[in-house]
Amino acid sequence: MTETIGFILIVCGLIFDFSGCLGLVRLPDVYNRLQSSTKCVTLGTCLILLGAVFYNGINAVGIKAILCIWFIFMTSPTAAHAISRASHKAGYKLWKGSACDKYLEDRQGSLKKEDS
Amino acid sequence: MTGCIVVLIICCFMCLYRIAFGPTPSDRIVANDILGIIIVGFCGIFSALSKQDLYMNIALAWALLSFIGSIALSKFLEGRTYDD
Repeated sequence: MTETIGFILIVCGLIFDFSGCLGLVRLPDVYNRLQSSTKCVTLGTCLILLGAVFYNGINAVGIKAILCIWFIFMTSPTAAHAISRASHKAGYKLWKGSACDKYLEDRQGSLKKEDS
Repeated sequence: MTGCIVVLIICCFMCLYRIAFGPTPSDRIVANDILGIIIVGFCGIFSALSKQDLYMNIALAWALLSFIGSIALSKFLEGRTYDD
């Protein structure tokens, strides 16, 4: 029974992984690619590791898989935030169909405050 | 179970396509980050198959090193030095 639950969780994680990587190939812009791929691949990999926990039970593999889930949930959004902030500061343009750029307005507002 | 591994290999080739043909260096860094997380998923599936905790040790170390590499590359992209 628990092996069936683990297999279903692993298949759900694979669907999320595949959609995230499809977004990494198909979307037009670095920020769109980051937003699509990081969220989907983080959730998909955590579902795969949770499936490994259900597949094996709580032993050495299960405890390490739970540690790995916690670690990926902490670090992957941090890395994505750092990459997007760095690429915005390095001056990579947004896609031409983008609606708004709030971070650019915020940075220009803070520069004006420093001048006055 | 071999179908799961085939799907993950297709995901890895999508990331390698973006690393090879990405127009900007930022795309390559994003694809490198994603490739690291997918390899952690690989190790999870292998350890679920073989019921050994060897692959889960590799997954923990790989998640750590992938995070540190992404942070270092993004600091390099921002134009700072490694000191501050």
